[in-house]
Amino acid sequence: MLENKEIILSAKGLTKVFGFGRTRTLAVDHVDLDLYKGEVVSIVGESGSGKTTIAKLLLGLINITEGDIYFLGKKRDISSRKKRKEYWKNIQAIFQDPYSSYNIFHKIDAVLLDCIRLRGGGKLPKEKKVELMEEACRFVNLKFAELTNKYPFELSGGQMQRLMIARIFLLKPKILLADEPTSMIDACSRATILDMLMQLRNEIGMTIIFITHDIGLAYYVSDKVFIMEHGKIVESGTADAVILTPREPYTRRLISDVPKIYEEWDLSTV
Amino acid sequence: MNEVMLEVIELTTKYITRYNEDVYAVDHVSLKVEAGKSLGIAGESGCGKSTLALSLMGYYFAPLHYTSGEIIIDGKNISGMDPDVVRKTILGTEISYIPQAAMNALNPTRKIINFIEDVYQAHDEYKTKKEIYELAGEVCTILGLPLEVLQKYPVELSGGMKQRTVIAVSVILYPKILIADEPSSALDVTSQKMVIKMLKDLMKDGFIKSMIFITHELPLLYNVTDDIMVMYAGQIVEKASAKDAVFDPLHPYSKGLMGSIIVPESGLRDVKLAAIPGVPPNLKNPPPGCRFAPRCKYNRNECAANVNIRNLEGGRAYRCVLSENELRDYYLKEADQNARK
Repeated sequence: MLENKEIILSAKGLTKVFGFGRTRTLAVDHVDLDLYKGEVVSIVGESGSGKTTIAKLLLGLINITEGDIYFLGKKRDISSRKKRKEYWKNIQAIFQDPYSSYNIFHKIDAVLLDCIRLRGGGKLPKEKKVELMEEACRFVNLKFAELTNKYPFELSGGQMQRLMIARIFLLKPKILLADEPTSMIDACSRATILDMLMQLRNEIGMTIIFITHDIGLAYYVSDKVFIMEHGKIVESGTADAVILTPREPYTRRLISDVPKIYEEWDLSTV
Repeated sequence: MNEVMLEVIELTTKYITRYNEDVYAVDHVSLKVEAGKSLGIAGESGCGKSTLALSLMGYYFAPLHYTSGEIIIDGKNISGMDPDVVRKTILGTEISYIPQAAMNALNPTRKIINFIEDVYQAHDEYKTKKEIYELAGEVCTILGLPLEVLQKYPVELSGGMKQRTVIAVSVILYPKILIADEPSSALDVTSQKMVIKMLKDLMKDGFIKSMIFITHELPLLYNVTDDIMVMYAGQIVEKASAKDAVFDPLHPYSKGLMGSIIVPESGLRDVKLAAIPGVPPNLKNPPPGCRFAPRCKYNRNECAANVNIRNLEGGRAYRCVLSENELRDYYLKEADQNARK
């Protein structure tokens, strides 16, 4: 389905250890990942399996204990603040909790203007900036005129999450890391958010990494699925192969625990 | 026909805000639960699911107030009773409740067994500590909980275990009806399955006679309950058997809600994920007539007038101006268009 098979981000032997001595925990254990351009992948696992730690490592928010991350074939360098900013132009994230993703002292215009500035549009005339912001808000079905002069906490959770997508629309990163983007919002708004992300993927050829515990969601959106258990990737492959014909006992157990509607949900295997 | 365990007739309850505005979170809700049956309540956040649960228990503490309607539990009318009397005589013995955040329902400074002693003492059943321990142990054995749980503090238990302990405590006085309000929303899939199995076993073993299960997770609801009731903005919009509600919904809102189901099964790939545009109305001043009309695709002039519930054969009901056939025609046409795309 993808004619362009260019590797955009890859991790080799990625390891993260928290604490030392008795409290030493291996959160991510020698993980190898290859992400191709324009692909949608999901990292699925139970709570505590190290999904979010991987996200933070890929984003460069925490230090790597061991292993390397390669971005566009070159080893990633985020040693200085300037280089880090340059890297974040290419990789962006949407987090689980929309309520804590914003600076509460910044108005919504400031949030969006920041993105324009990061894209190098800081010197644009004001009308042009407003036009860009309006376009972004239109994309996510928000009305820019109603948002100016408002603070993020005046919006509902779904609206905040859509504003997050408006940011992504302005930034046009190469990679988007979505860490449980729909787990705090209603099932009905979930479809809207997913549709928008997929539309973005098609328009700007973005690679999307979904981090989720919802196997149904992973199956619905992704081309490729990685299953994580205790910091290790135990199974990976196309969504159909992993979810419909799982090989590993862990994956099989995980899938059998999800309530089903088309097949019988077997409760006896608890 | 089975014995009716719970009957609610036109129940209306309201919240009074601090600006003295009335918010009708439960608006003329009628329902009936028979012995041996379980009823599921589905809906978006803020549609009044949890308020309905509190209202059913007669748990009226400010800002929640009782307005009108009747609640009959096993032949006993509890509407208009003093909440303190309800707590003494009804809660725990007639009707019991599992809260959403069971993690916070336990007192962190006391052992589980002390908590159970409290429950017995609150209902004037004087028993010695030894008797209570034996009774609690009996219940735990039936429910498959290890006996050590009783001597532990809540912090020593995992999330799934805490939830199952709370369920055990809530059925310890053998209530007739159990209301489970999102009992598994904070748990991972494996613990969720254990909790669901426990609730199903409760019904099977005769611990409780009927159950009301509240959640916004539709695949779960489909697996647990016999009937599903869909709520929107404080009103019931559809009532049907679980199978009909999920695979053949009639009300446009239920149709949208069921279109948002995601399950990891091969059947899903053929279904287009649907979204309902817009947001639910503010219940301070709900739209006149059909409350879903502003978001509805099939909106027409008649929707602004009062829309009554239509009762169909086989216990189905829905609230819409359109007839069953008209709605089905619309859905067929839509499916046709989607297929052509």
